[in-house]
Amino acid sequence: MTDHFTKMTPELKRRLRNEQWFQWMGRGAIFVAIAFLLVMVSTIASMGVGALRQTHIELSVFLDPQKLDATRLHDADYGRLIKKALRSRFANVTKRRDKRKLYNLVSSQAEYTLRDLVVRSPSLRGQTINIWFTASDDVDMLIKGNIASSTDETQRRIDHREASWINDLISKGQLESRFNSRFFWSGDSREPELAGILSAFVGSLFSLLVCFGLSFPLGIFAAIYLEEFAPKNRWSAFIEVNINNLAAVPSIVFGLLGLAVFLNAFGLPRSSPLVGGMVLALMTLPTIIIASRAALRAVPPSIREAALGIGASPIQTVFHHVAPLALPGMLTGAIVGMARALGETAPLLMIGMVAFVADVPNSIFEPATALPVQIFLWADSPERAFLEKTSAAIIVLLCFLIVMNLAAILLRRKFEQRY
Amino acid sequence: MSFQLIERQILTAGKKHDVPEQDPVISTPNVDVYYADKQALDNITLDIPANAVMSLIGPSGCGKTTFLRCLNRMNDLIDICRVEGDIKIDGQDIYAPEVNTVSLRAHVGIVFQRPNPFPKSIFENVAYGLRIHGLTSSKSELADRVEESLRRAGLWEEVNDRLDEPGTGLSGGQQQRLCIARTIAVEPKIILMDEPCSALDPIATARIEELIDEMRANFTIIIVTHSMQQAARVSQHTAFFHMGKLVEHGQTKQIFTSPQDERTESYITGRIG
Amino acid sequence: MSHVTKINLTDTRPSHWPERLIKALLLASSLVAVLVTVGIVFSLLFEAVRFFKIIPIQAFLFGLEWNPQTAIRADQIGAKGEFGAVPLITGTLLISTIAMFVATPLGLASSIYLAEYAGPRTRAIVKPLLELLAGIPTVVYGFFAALMIAPLIRLTGTSLGLEVASESALAAGLAMGVMIVPLISSLSDDAINAVPQSLRDASYGLGATQAETIKKVVLPAALPGIAGGLLLATSTAIGETMIVVMAAGLAANITANPLEAVTTITVQIVTLLTGDQEFDSAKTLSAFALGLLLFTLTLLLNIAAQKIVNHYRERYD
Repeated sequence: MTDHFTKMTPELKRRLRNEQWFQWMGRGAIFVAIAFLLVMVSTIASMGVGALRQTHIELSVFLDPQKLDATRLHDADYGRLIKKALRSRFANVTKRRDKRKLYNLVSSQAEYTLRDLVVRSPSLRGQTINIWFTASDDVDMLIKGNIASSTDETQRRIDHREASWINDLISKGQLESRFNSRFFWSGDSREPELAGILSAFVGSLFSLLVCFGLSFPLGIFAAIYLEEFAPKNRWSAFIEVNINNLAAVPSIVFGLLGLAVFLNAFGLPRSSPLVGGMVLALMTLPTIIIASRAALRAVPPSIREAALGIGASPIQTVFHHVAPLALPGMLTGAIVGMARALGETAPLLMIGMVAFVADVPNSIFEPATALPVQIFLWADSPERAFLEKTSAAIIVLLCFLIVMNLAAILLRRKFEQRY
Repeated sequence: MSFQLIERQILTAGKKHDVPEQDPVISTPNVDVYYADKQALDNITLDIPANAVMSLIGPSGCGKTTFLRCLNRMNDLIDICRVEGDIKIDGQDIYAPEVNTVSLRAHVGIVFQRPNPFPKSIFENVAYGLRIHGLTSSKSELADRVEESLRRAGLWEEVNDRLDEPGTGLSGGQQQRLCIARTIAVEPKIILMDEPCSALDPIATARIEELIDEMRANFTIIIVTHSMQQAARVSQHTAFFHMGKLVEHGQTKQIFTSPQDERTESYITGRIG
Repeated sequence: MSHVTKINLTDTRPSHWPERLIKALLLASSLVAVLVTVGIVFSLLFEAVRFFKIIPIQAFLFGLEWNPQTAIRADQIGAKGEFGAVPLITGTLLISTIAMFVATPLGLASSIYLAEYAGPRTRAIVKPLLELLAGIPTVVYGFFAALMIAPLIRLTGTSLGLEVASESALAAGLAMGVMIVPLISSLSDDAINAVPQSLRDASYGLGATQAETIKKVVLPAALPGIAGGLLLATSTAIGETMIVVMAAGLAANITANPLEAVTTITVQIVTLLTGDQEFDSAKTLSAFALGLLLFTLTLLLNIAAQKIVNHYRERYD
């Protein structure tokens, strides 16, 4: 009589099968989401890792004293010297069209590399020296295997002649792949092989400093008021609803506000990190207020009672006792907010931080761009070589975000509930 | 309430407590229960007879609720809980690997300490178990079973005109009777009750106690209670737990009038607990 | 006569004005949030009203053609351009709908698994990974959608004999959907965790399986919270900019076909306001009218979401 609990009726089998199905659906959903994350990040990483290396070509250049006026070394035509060096290296190239292709092996930056060298040591005049030049982006792409050899020749940016020159250079050891420090230490450029992220990085840094400088004090002050001093009335409720709504306003709307108010009404400098930071500050403000209020709420009332009990004024109580205890929580919220601001693009487009900026900005008033905007700009560029720059810039951006979020997590862990 | 008063209640209620001994429906030879490393129950051996009410009494933390929740494996939901030894219902070890908790709980229902109706209508609360177990084949049969269950729980007269209203809108006592109706709708053999009246006022409590007495004819009922008067009023058998051990068990009358163990006597006379 | 020292209860400390000043400062800070809202509403309204003086509001809201042109010569044909926002609204809704179709099952199923099935160790690994998904800047999703997803969809589509635009709504919608998964997942997680354990116990006690308990007891009880979360997610999808700027097109088509190219409100705002423009042209001002439309839409969704969530919170507190 006792098989009640063990008998497998078809009905029961069906129910247990449903149970299994249901669990697998959950696992499947998590798998899909995480697989997407991994595929996206690893695809971008594998595309971006190429940008860490840059192809260089060695040429022996004759520093012809006739072409180099010793008194005006800075203004000499170094491009011609390099072209000559290329022609003498590949003496069998005669046709005009081919010569132009030949000159295209090295980057347009090469002449400045040479100029800087000669200006620094004028004694080289009259000598023949071997120098490594940055290769052009087409050569770089070919070396990195980003131009499939099977592609139709007319479509390709490198034909078989150029390929044979490159093979010749390789066989003579005159072509090398080196660490691409330029990517980290120079600004944007129209030439992919010269483009770097420094100007965008500094732009982001300036914007974040402005953003933090504005939103952190404003955020914690607002939180302290709402949590510690605000009367429980309709006004406070209104402010609270306001903050919650502001947290969910699309970021591009903050950009529109910045454009209409900061640029057009106040006349602040367009494209500057100052305005970018202000817009980002308004956007981050609700995040910081909400996090700071939670941090203040976590401070036990006994601490307030203790301070008030020995005669401290409410302001003293908050600033001497409550706020210091809540500070780590507030900072954590601020870092999370800053991380979001760092990844934000749309509002910056609205206030003109989308211009081509080659020079590293020196102040918050100069035109600048930001890392995510640089990614957007590069992603839009047609050159194949910008693809790896875009991906590499994304990896750099993600690294910063991960560091900031880790900092927030560590801060939270370290100060978690020690009262 | 004094010991004498309890005794008098038992004596006046006398007749219905004299029940013939039957084969036990539940037997637990040597059961140990652990929460992680901490032992919650130590070597419990208890036989529970069918179609009677057994109350489990004892001071807080003595393990009586733990024991109750082992009987339909509600403790499976607690990760760190581990049960050793056999718990046999109708001779079947319910912790055997081939037992599935779904069928087990359909046969061993449970009523909790605080009334916990689903946030659904009164009708749907009772129909829930019938639906998930596929116990009815037609809408009218479902309606009949819901009505019958509500009648048996003594709730029908109070709610038959508002079956569509949410169960959470009822009073506490009504909610608890709704939970009982919900449990008996699936026709379990055994009903576990975990302090079912602790959240209720005395009138609602009296109503539930009457109900328990009526239900005895069809179900085996095991009730955990903090109130010794309640144990005396509703149960034929009583088991006294103390610090994870089963100290003493037997006919309620005997436990309350002539306890064998000193600890039992201290507890029912109010010296420990 | 004895001398009794009187306790002076009036404050003898140096003047109190710094405290008042600080308090005023705190109040002012909290008012900044209100000021920002007012600033948004007024700046959008102000520019939008100027726009509606050139283009009537009904032509904007109900016009079926979007073709913003600034006249080079005054007598040019179609000099005023067409400013009907309907194609932008339908395009926005199409992409948001695709995103929600992707994100709702994924987000809901993963939150159910995390809240009800997963052990603490699984949760400790999976939750941060999902949060990472939320932390990735949208410009990255846009890049990935344009670079990988769109070509993949096109390839698959053409091999099945379908006509697929190179910047299909589907590609942008898919990427946006994945971006929203963590939002839905964390909000549903909160809602599911707020369902009292006693309801689950009651269901298990009746012999329900875990899946039955979740489907018939937990989810119905958590529904308001989940619905609020879905509304917030929809609002995020509608306001999302970079993914659509990079992966959706500029073609103002009215279509429900996810394989065609559509454009959205946010894409048009970006297009109108980047690049060269004179400030007072209808073309530039129309961006603010679109901004106002976007702000109103998302605000309504947010308010509805908060109402639902708050109402639901009261029920279990």
